[in-house]
Amino acid sequence: MKYAGLLVMPAGFFLTVAALVLFPDPALRAAFVLCGLAVEALGLAVAVCGHMEARGESRP
Amino acid sequence: MTPIAPSPFVISETAFALCLVLLLLAPLAIAGVALINTGLGRSRSAAQSLLGSLAIVAVAAIAFALVGATITGNPLGAPGSTGHTFYLAGKPWNWLGAGPLLLRGFGSAPFQSQLALLFEFLAVALAALIPWGSGTDRWRLTAGCAAAAVLAATVFPLLAHWVWTGGWLSQLGVNFSLGAGFLDPGGAATVHVLGGLSALAVVWIAGSRRGKFPKEGFSTAMPGHNAVYVLFGCLLALVGWLAFNVAGAILWLHAPLAALPVTALNTLLSASGALAATFAVTRIRFGKPDASLCANGWLSGLVASSAAAGIVSPGPALFIGFVAGIVTPLLVELLELAVSIDDPSGAISVHAVAGLWGLLAVGIFASQSGQLLAQLVGIAALLGVILPLVYLLFWLLNRVVPFRVDPDGERIGMDLHELGGGAYPEFVIHRDESYR
Repeated sequence: MKYAGLLVMPAGFFLTVAALVLFPDPALRAAFVLCGLAVEALGLAVAVCGHMEARGESRP
Repeated sequence: MTPIAPSPFVISETAFALCLVLLLLAPLAIAGVALINTGLGRSRSAAQSLLGSLAIVAVAAIAFALVGATITGNPLGAPGSTGHTFYLAGKPWNWLGAGPLLLRGFGSAPFQSQLALLFEFLAVALAALIPWGSGTDRWRLTAGCAAAAVLAATVFPLLAHWVWTGGWLSQLGVNFSLGAGFLDPGGAATVHVLGGLSALAVVWIAGSRRGKFPKEGFSTAMPGHNAVYVLFGCLLALVGWLAFNVAGAILWLHAPLAALPVTALNTLLSASGALAATFAVTRIRFGKPDASLCANGWLSGLVASSAAAGIVSPGPALFIGFVAGIVTPLLVELLELAVSIDDPSGAISVHAVAGLWGLLAVGIFASQSGQLLAQLVGIAALLGVILPLVYLLFWLLNRVVPFRVDPDGERIGMDLHELGGGAYPEFVIHRDESYR
């Protein structure tokens, strides 16, 4: 799960870059940049959940 | 204050002399962080921690000289190659620098190029040192040095080129009309967020200290062994941070001399606001102020000021520090108790999160339109590219040079295991009750 989360995070970055290239309109560009950041936050949350699961299994 | 967009500039002799003196004081930030890391670890790992700090600074400087400086490239306006660029949708994306190999021609380079390179050397040393505190009490010295070499040779130069030496993030203003481009004069992104995210990768890979999270009940408290080191380290760090922020304003914002006292004042106000906030939060939470959390709060204010001190006015600087000081102790507690992240130095909260907050605050308080979006794009690059890249590199490195010490080494302490002698040979080291 941690790796899945870390793989999702670059996808959010590419969404952000795509927003810069594809949308000259500032409002639309800002909306897509925020979407990219939201995807990254989701990826980070999944990675953190993966860490917590792993910790639960390996506790002495 | 209005930041000046990155453009070719020639530094005056007065500014050169001032900047050089500041950069000679900047290593105090490194000394401060090293002392804080050592004080927050256990007494049986103190010598390994400080020797590790020295070794990491040395390895980072060598790796940056051999490889990193070439990838970072020349500052804008300096003679030489401007870097590697590809075109997407008709816009240039300068993604990799192309400086001279092995610092060739450094002595005869223009003043501003020499100062920029010196700034980068000190910045890379500080960035490489930050994760060392998070891996304290279980991260092997060899692995720590190897990780510092990887950071200094690859990730830091890439990010420093993007942000400081004409890379695509610094050109967002020119190419996409986003304010003055991504602004980070004091190294909030290139040093602190990079260091904090590296600390997260280290904690994920090396795991927590033995006995930190028992099967039942709460996590075990493992307090730092020397609050005096920690608090004195904070005072040393203030001098270093003042130097970094003012020198960064000269080099990367091309700030006039008249704007520099405000930059220094903003640094102090940000740290002060953060300390006051953390003091209040811990007083309310625990009934008494907590020394190590207050130190973390002070440092988080300094980290947030790295982004904002050269750009905002004193009122916002105080507010930025205040917010950092509220968030940091709560986040340190949340990461340990709710997320099971064992980060003895609090680098993830102090450097990564406070750094991100400082970068965001620049967008909120800057006067140019589009600046907030430029800062958000920079933050997206840090989280979406730098964190996965650092994790991947450290994960591969861990296969070659295992990060974690063996259980016996952790039990007797890193000093005896790795150095053969303790930091306090005349003191009795008591058995650690938390080790089960």
